Amino acid sequence: MQVTSSVREPLVTGGKTVHDVTEDICRQVEGKPTKSWMMGMAISLATLGIGTYAVFMLLWDGIGVWGLNKTVGWAWDITNFVWWVGIGHAGTLISAILLLFRQKWRMSINRAAEAMTIFAVICAACFPGLHMGRLWVGFYWALPLPNTWGSLWVNFNSPLLWDVFAISTYFTVSLVFWYIGLIPDFASIRDRATNKISKAAYGVLSFGWDGAAKTWMRYESVALILAGLATPLVLSVHTIVSFDFATSVIPGWHTTIFPPYFVAGAIFSGFAMVLTLMLVTRKVFKLEDYITINHIELMNIVIIITGSIVGIAYITEFFIAWYSGVDAEQYAFINRATGPYWWAYWTMMTCNVISPQLFWFKNIRTNIAATFILSIIVNIGMWFERFVIIVTSLHRDYLPSSWAMFYPTFYDVGVYLFTFGLFFTAFLLFAKFFPVINMAEVKSIIKSSSLKSNK
Amino acid sequence: MSDNKKTYWKGIEQLSNDPAFVKNADKEFPEFLPINQNEGGGSSRRDFLKMMGFGIAAVSLAACEAPIRKAIPYVNKPVDVDPGVPNYYASTYTSGGDYCSILVKTREGRPIKIEGNKLSEITQGGTSAQVQASVLTLYDNERLVAPVVEGKEGKWEDLDKAVISKLGSIAAQGGQIRIVSNTILSPTTKKVIEDFKAKYPTAQHVTYDAVSAHGILAANEESFGQRAIPSYDFSKADVIVSFGADFLGTWISPVEFSKQYSKTRKIGPNKKTMSRHYQFESNLTTTGANADYRTPIKPSDEGKAVVALYEAITGGKKSQIKYIDKAATELKKAKGKSLVVSGSNDPAVQLVVNAINNALSNYGSTIDMSTPAYYRQGNDVEMKKFVADAKAGRIAGVIFYNCNPVYNYKGEDIAGALSKISLKISTADRPDETAVASDYVAPNHHFLESWGDAEPKKGQYSLIQPTITPIFKTRQAEESLLKWTGVDTPDYYSYLKNTWNRDMGVSNWEQALHDGVYQGSGVANAVEADSVATEVAAVVGAAVPFSGNVSSAVQAINKNYKGSGLELALYQKVGIGDGTQANNPWLQEMPDPVTKSTWDNYLTVSKKWADENGVEYFEGHCNKAKLTVKGVSVELPILIQPGQAEGTVGLALGYGRLNAGKVADGRGVDAYPFVTTLNGAVSYNVLSDVTVEVLSEKYQIAKTQTHQTYMGRDNVIQESILSEYKVNPLAGRHEPKISTWMSEDGKVDAGALSLWKGHKYNNHHWGMAIDLNSCTGCSACTIACQSENNVPVVGREEVINRRDMHWLRIDRYYSSDAPADDHKGLEQAAANPEVTFQPMLCQHCNNAPCETVCPVAATTHSTEGLNQMTYNRCIGTRYCANNCPYKVRRFNWFKYHDNGDFENINTAMNNDLGKMVLNPDVTVRSRGVMEKCSFCVQRIQYAKLEAKKEGRRPVDGEVTTACASSCPTDAIMFGDMNDKESKIYKMLNIKDTEAADYITEKEIHEPRAYHVLAEIGTKPNITYLTKIRNKDNEETKA
Repeated sequence: MQVTSSVREPLVTGGKTVHDVTEDICRQVEGKPTKSWMMGMAISLATLGIGTYAVFMLLWDGIGVWGLNKTVGWAWDITNFVWWVGIGHAGTLISAILLLFRQKWRMSINRAAEAMTIFAVICAACFPGLHMGRLWVGFYWALPLPNTWGSLWVNFNSPLLWDVFAISTYFTVSLVFWYIGLIPDFASIRDRATNKISKAAYGVLSFGWDGAAKTWMRYESVALILAGLATPLVLSVHTIVSFDFATSVIPGWHTTIFPPYFVAGAIFSGFAMVLTLMLVTRKVFKLEDYITINHIELMNIVIIITGSIVGIAYITEFFIAWYSGVDAEQYAFINRATGPYWWAYWTMMTCNVISPQLFWFKNIRTNIAATFILSIIVNIGMWFERFVIIVTSLHRDYLPSSWAMFYPTFYDVGVYLFTFGLFFTAFLLFAKFFPVINMAEVKSIIKSSSLKSNK
Repeated sequence: MSDNKKTYWKGIEQLSNDPAFVKNADKEFPEFLPINQNEGGGSSRRDFLKMMGFGIAAVSLAACEAPIRKAIPYVNKPVDVDPGVPNYYASTYTSGGDYCSILVKTREGRPIKIEGNKLSEITQGGTSAQVQASVLTLYDNERLVAPVVEGKEGKWEDLDKAVISKLGSIAAQGGQIRIVSNTILSPTTKKVIEDFKAKYPTAQHVTYDAVSAHGILAANEESFGQRAIPSYDFSKADVIVSFGADFLGTWISPVEFSKQYSKTRKIGPNKKTMSRHYQFESNLTTTGANADYRTPIKPSDEGKAVVALYEAITGGKKSQIKYIDKAATELKKAKGKSLVVSGSNDPAVQLVVNAINNALSNYGSTIDMSTPAYYRQGNDVEMKKFVADAKAGRIAGVIFYNCNPVYNYKGEDIAGALSKISLKISTADRPDETAVASDYVAPNHHFLESWGDAEPKKGQYSLIQPTITPIFKTRQAEESLLKWTGVDTPDYYSYLKNTWNRDMGVSNWEQALHDGVYQGSGVANAVEADSVATEVAAVVGAAVPFSGNVSSAVQAINKNYKGSGLELALYQKVGIGDGTQANNPWLQEMPDPVTKSTWDNYLTVSKKWADENGVEYFEGHCNKAKLTVKGVSVELPILIQPGQAEGTVGLALGYGRLNAGKVADGRGVDAYPFVTTLNGAVSYNVLSDVTVEVLSEKYQIAKTQTHQTYMGRDNVIQESILSEYKVNPLAGRHEPKISTWMSEDGKVDAGALSLWKGHKYNNHHWGMAIDLNSCTGCSACTIACQSENNVPVVGREEVINRRDMHWLRIDRYYSSDAPADDHKGLEQAAANPEVTFQPMLCQHCNNAPCETVCPVAATTHSTEGLNQMTYNRCIGTRYCANNCPYKVRRFNWFKYHDNGDFENINTAMNNDLGKMVLNPDVTVRSRGVMEKCSFCVQRIQYAKLEAKKEGRRPVDGEVTTACASSCPTDAIMFGDMNDKESKIYKMLNIKDTEAADYITEKEIHEPRAYHVLAEIGTKPNITYLTKIRNKDNEETKA
């Protein structure tokens, strides 16, 4: 049992008992779907439907349905990819790094954050697949599989190949980590289940959990080991994603600052997305006592820190471009701020650098409505950051003869909607059928003394 | 055994011996089996099935008649055709008066590529985009497949019968017959026409040209008594002055002139002189873009400018027009080594031009009047008379021989005139505007299916030989004429051969056919008015005495050239020209060398005019305009053209076709109705009554390049002027350095530092050198590459989407007046800019950024320095294209072949006929893969194998790329940089280094040689030579 100083604010409010925790969390899983859940699901499925049409047409007609051209070979596809991967950073960061740092407040949010990570990585993984001209061969040619072509190997110099490894490793570890954490909770639901189907389903999902002390011990060891494994991955995934750009020769991409800058940006956007989702879940599932204002404030502080890192990175890029004395590099940055895509750049600057600074005010960072709005603004800003890096660097690179504009089509938007539909459908299914808060862990931070907190 | 009394029964039935059993006891099957029930009569189910089976088989066998195919498998190998081995035949491209001596590459009996014929003294192996593209016109689905008799597809016999009887009855009644044609270069065709005229005495031959040179012809008739164009020799000229003559793009014989011109523009360690070129023109033409000094003038000032130059030369009179005085001074200094030409079709202007050249003693040196050229023979006066006669009902029958006056002679009311003619026959190859209006169409062969000849210049003969059996039921137009003349079984081949034997005195026909060209003394061609003066000149070889009334010409000019308000200058685009080959998608999608626009014509206006009239523009989006000329108006897009003379607008001919075919119909607007008459000749300038109203509607012209300037980037374009080059051969070079501890002075060339060890090329090391000084931007290479490498055409919409597929593009940059640090200002081209053309193709980098980023190693480096693309390994991530600093990689966004969406766009890959043009040595790429220039690897392999078969190494010149071989100015040089005897090795002054590491770069010591974007260390195998302009110091721009 956790021994906590009595002067500390309780992490779970409302004087919840261990039983209350079980009741509060399992209620969602055991009860009938609520109206709001049904509506959410309907909207998600509709979005997924539109998106599926776009994906179908993309595969049927070719990449030409997008707005790309000979100069701008990547735009929304890779922007969305990096954006989703970035969002997928928060979950593992919260559960792994905060676990290592013994930040107990993570416990009420890590489950949902990890789920979000997994779904975001799935959405992200759609794009490297769908953006290929020949997905039907590319999906396995990009893997170093033994073959009969002599034997034709992949190109280990290519950052895209590094991506394949980075993303698949991250996804695998995140999934296992998340699932291991779910097992005791599945067991709780199994034990409480009244109908046969749930009993069987959760029985399978809980892998025969018996709640023995030995089992708990193993569980904790595995969680710690996986946390240790996942921690470097949090840093490595976005580092490697940033190599897609950093190792190239295109001005605006060819930048050594990218790895730390991308990781900070990823945490920034990931936390924003966690906030967006948690604020809704908290309200709908009445979990205010578990996800408290304190949580929100702590996450907002992370957002200020990472947002400021990102801001400094933006300024550093400009400084280095000037300091390098390389004309093309300088022009790339002048063009970002003042060229045809100035609006994208300034949207990015406003959303990512200026707006998070509002969280310096305590009453803003503890205001739920303000947090919700800013969390969405941050994610808009982070989408534009990737758009700015990818499109404005490409559209005016070395030879002015090739300079071009990129105009998105319905299908660019449609495939993005597809991932939104996929993400929210998956997340809603998760919220309904899986315990959204880690009951087992939260129970460990319930005040167990006789001093019942009235807060 | 005898004790054994046991009895065995077959069954209870035997034991009991009941009668029913005994009855069947001897039978094998005791029960009834209905096997032979019907033996001997009736029919069973089985028989029915048998009969039916046989019946069906018999009926179906009878139904399928064994198809008779004319194709004979190559098991019975024809002589001369080896599958996989191309054959080359010498032939001649003629289209009206356009001429080019060519070699036709055929594979398995199909012509697939056109190369220049190096044996020709005229074109010297050069080609143009139109020539290169003509092979696709052969496989045009829109061609007529059979003769048309009164609007319906018919038979040749019926057509001939009808035509002969009608011609006969016209002749019997003494009705007038005319043969209308464009310039005919063929002496034999003219003989056929003479035969025809002999049979029908009322027949006359009227010649006109879509773009007339009547002015020159008339002026020369007056000056020298000879109605012909002289032979120009730009290569001998030190000073060239052109008044609106686009001699590198569209004027008279651009391939020939480009070749000559380029000789004066090439410089090197041993030749530090070049010609100086002045251009006075309204629209910015390819030629104007190459000029050292260019003055934009209004069409109404064109005559005056010529007069001003004349007066400056003869009288030293000062002129208001910029550079006239400077040109005059230099012309006078370069007497006998200068050349003044004018594109004007006004005989008065041309007469003054003749006077200038005469005053400069250019006749006999740069102008050869004793070897007249027959490129343009059209007589505007006669044609006008023909239309007037027809309108008055004085013409009874007309044969339109390979011409389309309903489309391209709209200045007069030709359509109205046609309705008065009772018999109209056309030999058009397609149901074009004239053919549709004709009663009979006797479709002619494509020139690649024909026999024929040409005499482009006096004594210079050229043969046309068929390279494929006629694809359709077409007939050579000459044979049609012979048939109608009364020859029962016309055989034009024998007719031609006889003519050559008899008239040209060709004894070795085989040799002439092999060479494609033959030099003789010259038979009397079209020039009916061969005067004594010519013969004298031919003997003496010197200038013919010039006789012309210059003062009356000057008076006429002063009287006629009065512009009021906006003026319209009509011009031809390098690709589409006069519109004859408009249905050729390669040409439609060929970016115009100057505007970089495709698929449209447009009103070119100056930036100043656009700003004053509220024209809004961004990335090719621009307002449309309503152009009204003398009451006729059209709506068309606007294009802001730097260098456009103030007060003028320009519009290209050749568009707005109605009946050219699905590719061309409705593209752009038809400008022929705006052609006017001036001083008795057709004029392509409208000096008054031109109004332009800017409409609010926006239109996007499909441009392959939307950014106009090179933003002052020295790593892209390196240029200087001749005087500085003479002092320092490194003039204009941009040599960025990087500080390092590795060298003694602390600095090394940017790009010298590398992560990579480099490549060792033990055998060949292919390289290319591109001379920016000789490249005129003509784009022959772009089309040659398209033809050689099966490059798809993507259509207007996809060009707007910036997805053109050309492997080789020509970047065109304008200069800007803005200072180097004003990025916004640098985006704006100068009002009258300097222009640079830069062919841009895969640079075959030794440290290729594309190669490292491909996840599946689909693009790799060869052992001979090529950056090679493996299409079937490509998964289409496009990372390579993003990471290419030169942006030369092309992605297959869609399936461009066998796709209904591209049916009328990419005809070479979407119908069976069009597909015949595809090069079988080059894969047609599938959707979703990346492609790019391969350095024509198929040609390299072919030449290597040929050499290997003969047990030797390939010699220099044997391996060449399509672009290099098509170039009329030899701006592109391709060769093995390992071969010390190769031209490229010598020209680039390569020194071999024996460094163990970092062997990627050949040490190039030619001072003008540079690599584009050298500082990023890609180490390309393509080297550019700096652009040097022949300008004086004070005139240079930033």
